[in-house]
Amino acid sequence: MTVKYTKDHEWIKVDGTTGTVGISDYAQSQLGDVVFVELPEVGRELTQGGESAVVESVKAASEVYAPVAGTVTAANEALVDEPALVNSAAQTGGWFYQITIADPSQLDGLMDEDAYKAYVEGLA
Amino acid sequence: MADHDPATPLKSTPLHALHVELKARMVPFAGYDMPVQYPAGILKEHLHTRARAGLFDVSHMGQVRLVGDDPAAALETLVPGDIRGLGQGRMRYTLFTNDQGGILDDLMVTNAGDHLFLVVNAACKEQDIAHLTNALKGKVDVEPLPDAALMALQGPEAAAVLARFIPEAATMKFMSLLPATFKGIPVLITRSGYTGEDGYEISCASADAEAIARALLAEDGVEAIGLGARDSLRLEAGLCLYGHDITTTTTPVEAALEWTLPKRRRAEGGFPGAGIILKQLAEGATRRRVGLRPDGRQPAREHTGIQDAAGTTIGEITSGGFGPTANGPVAMGYVDIAHAAPGTALTLNVRGKPLPARVAPTPFVPQRYYRG
Repeated sequence: MTVKYTKDHEWIKVDGTTGTVGISDYAQSQLGDVVFVELPEVGRELTQGGESAVVESVKAASEVYAPVAGTVTAANEALVDEPALVNSAAQTGGWFYQITIADPSQLDGLMDEDAYKAYVEGLA
Repeated sequence: MADHDPATPLKSTPLHALHVELKARMVPFAGYDMPVQYPAGILKEHLHTRARAGLFDVSHMGQVRLVGDDPAAALETLVPGDIRGLGQGRMRYTLFTNDQGGILDDLMVTNAGDHLFLVVNAACKEQDIAHLTNALKGKVDVEPLPDAALMALQGPEAAAVLARFIPEAATMKFMSLLPATFKGIPVLITRSGYTGEDGYEISCASADAEAIARALLAEDGVEAIGLGARDSLRLEAGLCLYGHDITTTTTPVEAALEWTLPKRRRAEGGFPGAGIILKQLAEGATRRRVGLRPDGRQPAREHTGIQDAAGTTIGEITSGGFGPTANGPVAMGYVDIAHAAPGTALTLNVRGKPLPARVAPTPFVPQRYYRG
């Protein structure tokens, strides 16, 4: 299973044709306390780089973009009752949604773990 | 107000090194490099202030003395508050108004005996000082205090904490001033603040600020709190933020700040915009600042459109976010007067989607000012 990252700090965990999407630990630490997540409806078609979800911290709302194009197959309902999961488990239980990946070649343009780590260090 | 031109170097307060040492996240605010939050985060800082005591650096705000024969009479030509009626050592919240009845800034005025002591907003201070200097020329001397720091100690344990250093602090009246010494350091303390909690503001020389802050932070129950929590605390308390909830295009009547217009000033007038403001008082304004409670958990932010049941836009949110103590979203905004009654159902247009909300009384959490 591979995990890839976008420059906008989303991650996508790839398992065959299914991708699970969330925001990185770095992103949650920058956002601060998450109080609400607006998730996409199951069945929605997402385009790569298009708005897919919204995460609201105490201070501000931030858009979450789709790392690759695809169709939403599941939304993490646990975030409805416990949005703080995004802070405590950004890259595990705090996932946002799952999609069927429309075009696996889009994954090639994303960063792997090491490249993302270097990218984040460059932002500091 | 948080916008910053990168070409202009940021100013720092006398507590800047301490904020950095405490690992604050620093952001540009009103021309200053200020702590928006510490490692605990806004939510915990907010709840800590409501439960115990929070220490805020508000040294970016402007402190000004008005010195002269009758500074109260002079200041009353610029604000609608009852300044002449302020007893010695008492303070009041008031507004600089313009000729159109709009608000130039909000401020705290204290009768310090031989002078008036003013605290004004950071982003407005230069403009306020120029306004005072130009308008009151020949009547009073306007003395900015750029070498003074200001801290706020807020929360239910603030009185007990400060009384360990200044015993008389415990019994000070709400909205009063006390010149005192804190571990031998001269300070001016007022029992005031902008969080809805009991608490104090402490003015001192810049050089003394860090020693006082460190002494307070060493006390059990006191944590450093950033501007992020300061904003959510004042929003829950239903208090206006200048540049957002009140501006040059909002009048005190529209802003639901009639309580700042005392009987004598209403009868006498004599402040900028009095004609418009007094007419609105008599006849009512066409719009009003109200509290708003969105249904559910989703916050609605500043500039969100407010619609009536028919989908007509009737106003806009001026401050909005998540209230940690209210444990839900809270907001304030302006609506047309027909929709201003508490309980009125409205719709907020959040990113193109309708979010049901109701007009709600403010404050969103009970105020806990010390009433003696």
